[in-house]
Amino acid sequence: MKKLIILLLLTLSFGVFANEEIELQSARIDLSDNDSLQRGAKNFVTYCLGCHSAKHIRYLRIANDVGADPQKVLTDIAPEGASIYDQLHSAMNKHDAEKWFGTQPPDLSLIARSRGADWLYSYLKSYYVDTTKPLGVNNLIFKDTAMPNPLWQLQGEQHAEQRKTIYGEYTKLIIEKPGTLSEKEFDLFVNDLVNFLVYVGEPVQLERQRLGKYVIIFLLLFLVIAYLLKKEYWQDIH
Amino acid sequence: MKATRLSECGNWVLDRFPVSKFWNDHMAHYYAPKNFNFWYFFGSLALLVLVNQIITGILLTMNYKPDAKLAFDSIEYIMRDVPWGWLVRYMHSTGASAFFIVIYLHMFRGIMYGSFKHPRELIWIFGMLLFVALMAEAFMGYLLPWGQMSYWGAQVIISLFSAIPVIGDDLSLWIRGDYVIADATLNRFFAFHVIAVPLVLVMLVFMHIVALHEVGSNNPDGIEIKESKDPWGHPVDGIPFHPYYTVKDIVGVGVFLLFFATVIFYMPEMGGYFLEHANFIPADPMKTPEHIAPVWYFTPFYSVLRAIPDKFAGVIAMGGSIVVLFLLPWLDRCPVKSIRYRGGIFKKALFLFVVSFIALGYLGTQPVTPIATILARLFTTIYFGFFLLMPIYTRWEKTKTVPKSLTKDHSFEEQLHAIEEQIPALIKEITELKPVTTEIGHSAFKSSFFNRRPNPVGIRNVATRLAKKLIESLD
Repeated sequence: MKKLIILLLLTLSFGVFANEEIELQSARIDLSDNDSLQRGAKNFVTYCLGCHSAKHIRYLRIANDVGADPQKVLTDIAPEGASIYDQLHSAMNKHDAEKWFGTQPPDLSLIARSRGADWLYSYLKSYYVDTTKPLGVNNLIFKDTAMPNPLWQLQGEQHAEQRKTIYGEYTKLIIEKPGTLSEKEFDLFVNDLVNFLVYVGEPVQLERQRLGKYVIIFLLLFLVIAYLLKKEYWQDIH
Repeated sequence: MKATRLSECGNWVLDRFPVSKFWNDHMAHYYAPKNFNFWYFFGSLALLVLVNQIITGILLTMNYKPDAKLAFDSIEYIMRDVPWGWLVRYMHSTGASAFFIVIYLHMFRGIMYGSFKHPRELIWIFGMLLFVALMAEAFMGYLLPWGQMSYWGAQVIISLFSAIPVIGDDLSLWIRGDYVIADATLNRFFAFHVIAVPLVLVMLVFMHIVALHEVGSNNPDGIEIKESKDPWGHPVDGIPFHPYYTVKDIVGVGVFLLFFATVIFYMPEMGGYFLEHANFIPADPMKTPEHIAPVWYFTPFYSVLRAIPDKFAGVIAMGGSIVVLFLLPWLDRCPVKSIRYRGGIFKKALFLFVVSFIALGYLGTQPVTPIATILARLFTTIYFGFFLLMPIYTRWEKTKTVPKSLTKDHSFEEQLHAIEEQIPALIKEITELKPVTTEIGHSAFKSSFFNRRPNPVGIRNVATRLAKKLIESLD
């Protein structure tokens, strides 16, 4: 009986978990790092907003949450002509997008919540040259992606190389033509961008965690009093 | 003078409306067994979660828009721009999962202590109807955020109706109001979710409690406290629900809220189980997600559906896995209620059932693989075996004698203390000098030093006694 259960658990763990996936690189997410968020916002507006919107957030909210002066956000981050009350709308029109890319680029307000920070971080770093594709590039994390690599000038050109180890084959990406940023600088650039996207996914996160402490402390006190009350009432019940 | 005016006013109302009678019947003079344990918190917690869902639900409808074009954005509007909207929404979404956790534990309690048995069959039936209504409520509520998983989950489940021969296609068309899940479906699901099903739920809760208070609560010993009464007609083993269980349930509420708040404030998505990742993408009828899985609380039944190769047979099996629960009071032939006095075969069967339910739930969240399908079939067989073989294996169960009145529920410290008290005697037994009865062996072994070696019989006795104590303390 017990052996049977152990056997079942073993087959369950092997049979169900065994799906191959490329290991993701982990992004360092720190929403209290206002400088990183500000840099990320600027990166987003410069490199993403051309095609992607983030319509669920306004410039004013960003200014308030990352501790920046609204005027500074308008001059440094927002594109020219934007109002502080505007949401982060994209300049590209829907019909052009469908003509050019075959699909409308998704709104990125919630992309960090649907894909996860590590996925985004790895995805943006995993473009490589593939001349068989219409865009000339492919992606290791999201095969045959419809998005061209917007950051190629910064990262440089990557090539994919098959490597063999005793554990099996894997693909390694090697930068052949360096871009305008060093590898470290580029990692930081992408990390800031992903950090900003995580913030945009749920702007209230920090506030939520801050309040949570007080709620839990209150509930602990409540529990102590409730328990003492119960004990007092129940002392004569045997 | 004022006080008398006030009490006159009060009496005027009481003469016309029986508030105090109601209070006494259901709270102050409702006698509940005094040995309720941990498992008895979940009834009142279910009520708490229901109230939470209704209040947060009402607040959500004030900003939610049941329109295929606006629904997804209105949720994000609530999450970002409505003051405290995020808290209300997380309380509602976490509350949905909490409801099922509480209800599953509440149902398990019922099965474990035989609360579904005579004379409480109708309470169980009302409870099962509540469970079905709750599943309908959760299923329709899940469409409202209009994310990818909402959309495709609903598409899959409603397409199940099309498996019914002859009328299937027309029936699913009638339910959807369109050829695919669309605005019409969203609107009617909204109507059902916010008013029709909640009314049914509240009515059923009322009937569930009225039925319970008519026959009285069961208890971990599974004996009827009404059978032994004191000279005043109160059950000897009973205590008034108020204040004893009201103060006790408040402690339960405190513990529950601690977990609830931790999830809301620190892990509202619960790793993609309470709020699924794919549901943060707006519904798109043109793009089917790679992997469609229902929310975790439906996955055991979804697994049963997938385990059967034929679609219609799968639908029947899935329905059957819920219908069979309704029949429980008549499937179980054992006269003893509580697991404490039931035979080993029931304990083993119940253990296997719990394992299969959890395993089916896990498999339902995973993509289909050949091994997963075989396992799902195995666990489906165990699931149904638990119920359908019940009339056979419960008939010859070797039960213990059920005591006439409640046994005392020792606290862990008391049990530990009792064991501690016995230790000196036990040590004495182990090291006791026993006269050497056999003459075999070298004379050196007969010296006093070797005679003080542990007595094997004593050790065995002590070990079995300790083991028994431990088992008792676990029960």
